[in-house]
Amino acid sequence: MACLPEQPGPVGKDLILVLVVVTALGFDFTNGFHDTGNAMATSIATKALSPRVAVGLSGILNLVGAFLSLSVAATIASGLVDTHIVTLTVVFAGLAGGITWNLLTWLLGIPSSSSHALIGGVIGSTLAAAGGHAVLWHNLVAKVIIPAGLSPIIAALVAATGTWLLYRISRSMTAGARGHGFRIGQIGSASMVSLAHGTNDAQKTMGVITLALIVNGTVPSNATAPFWVVLSCALAISLGTYLGGWRVIRTLGKGLVEIEAPQGMAAESASAAVILLSSSFGYSLSTTHVATGSIIGTGLGKRGAEVRWNVAGRMATAWLFTLPSAAVVGAGGEALAHVIGGTAGVIVDLVILVALATFIYIRSRATKVDHNNVNDEWTGSVAPAEPEHAAAA
Amino acid sequence: MSWINLDAIWKIVVFGLLAGAGLPALFSLGLLALSQGPKTANAGPDSDVVVGGNPAGLAAAVVAFLIVLAAVGWAIYEVYQIGHPAAK
Repeated sequence: MACLPEQPGPVGKDLILVLVVVTALGFDFTNGFHDTGNAMATSIATKALSPRVAVGLSGILNLVGAFLSLSVAATIASGLVDTHIVTLTVVFAGLAGGITWNLLTWLLGIPSSSSHALIGGVIGSTLAAAGGHAVLWHNLVAKVIIPAGLSPIIAALVAATGTWLLYRISRSMTAGARGHGFRIGQIGSASMVSLAHGTNDAQKTMGVITLALIVNGTVPSNATAPFWVVLSCALAISLGTYLGGWRVIRTLGKGLVEIEAPQGMAAESASAAVILLSSSFGYSLSTTHVATGSIIGTGLGKRGAEVRWNVAGRMATAWLFTLPSAAVVGAGGEALAHVIGGTAGVIVDLVILVALATFIYIRSRATKVDHNNVNDEWTGSVAPAEPEHAAAA
Repeated sequence: MSWINLDAIWKIVVFGLLAGAGLPALFSLGLLALSQGPKTANAGPDSDVVVGGNPAGLAAAVVAFLIVLAAVGWAIYEVYQIGHPAAK
């Protein structure tokens, strides 16, 4: 390893490019399973769709959504850091930061923003590589932090208004008929959120891979995402969505608010509308922040519904930590790769990342949440009580 | 460049309310129309029967559901248009 030069040669550079692309697709995959709940948690909680059908439908619609629009691809990373300073190693370390945060929050069942994890990771690794002047701070605040604060509030307002209207209009119907009707409506509204998620989130990874190709000189700097990038990102996010982040689904569907079908439809419609409208204005905001805001909104819009503010507070705390935490991991990855140098540095980072992912996966098996127990009674934690305990209680 | 794009925010709020709350409200008006009629009137309070059997109600429901579907289809088309400038 000592014979490797500090700057990797052509072969080493291509190897790093391959590793970056594979890691980016890995991030896209975690993005998918972390966010299944944004679209499907409320439909699963109200039993509008069975858990397995829900994740299957969401996976397919994410795939379609990824092809639907390509407008924000390549803006996510290039608008926030100076691309002339960014190297492949920086992109790689940033992705490692994003993946690490996504896996940790998934283990804890916290629906945190995959977009913020990615942005935080890239900013951290850029800071470590080139210092503060390489980060476009104004864009970070104006395009990421302020929208992150506003989007859940707007989503909550829309969802609360929708919830109030739906209960008001349908109050003369029997509870059974109302539940039946709105469960059918929920299939449509949840599908729209899945489509919006594919459109919005798959593009972020397409942007990162395109950035890596530009940095490597494989494509010109004004290039749009090549077709194989679009296709592989669409497949990665779709597969991740299909596997279903049951832990996050459970927190969103059962932990935050006890949801009935009209609330589910109101929350999903609000999420889909806000995500699609914001994307069309060029704001690539976090689908997680919007979905969580919508679900809280449905709790506020229905008289007598309880919002578990302690769960909401825990989430909001995680949101505040997302950018800096992913940034610290991204910076650490970049620093380590720099100290070791060249291709070997990236490989060491990758080995640590894979080991960490394996450890988190094994830990998650101890308190398993899957399609069988995702809807169990909320007892204050992500992992439902064991069946014996539930029977004894 | 300003910190907050107020122009975009009010548009997202207004159109968000129209699409995100208005369309499901229209859907529920459709459900309400659909549930008018003898079949739901004779069913008990625990019934989950939605279709009441009143022809006028059914017609109104179909109109409401078609408007919702058309709006959703138009929204998807708009997203595609914005996302594929060359397709215009």
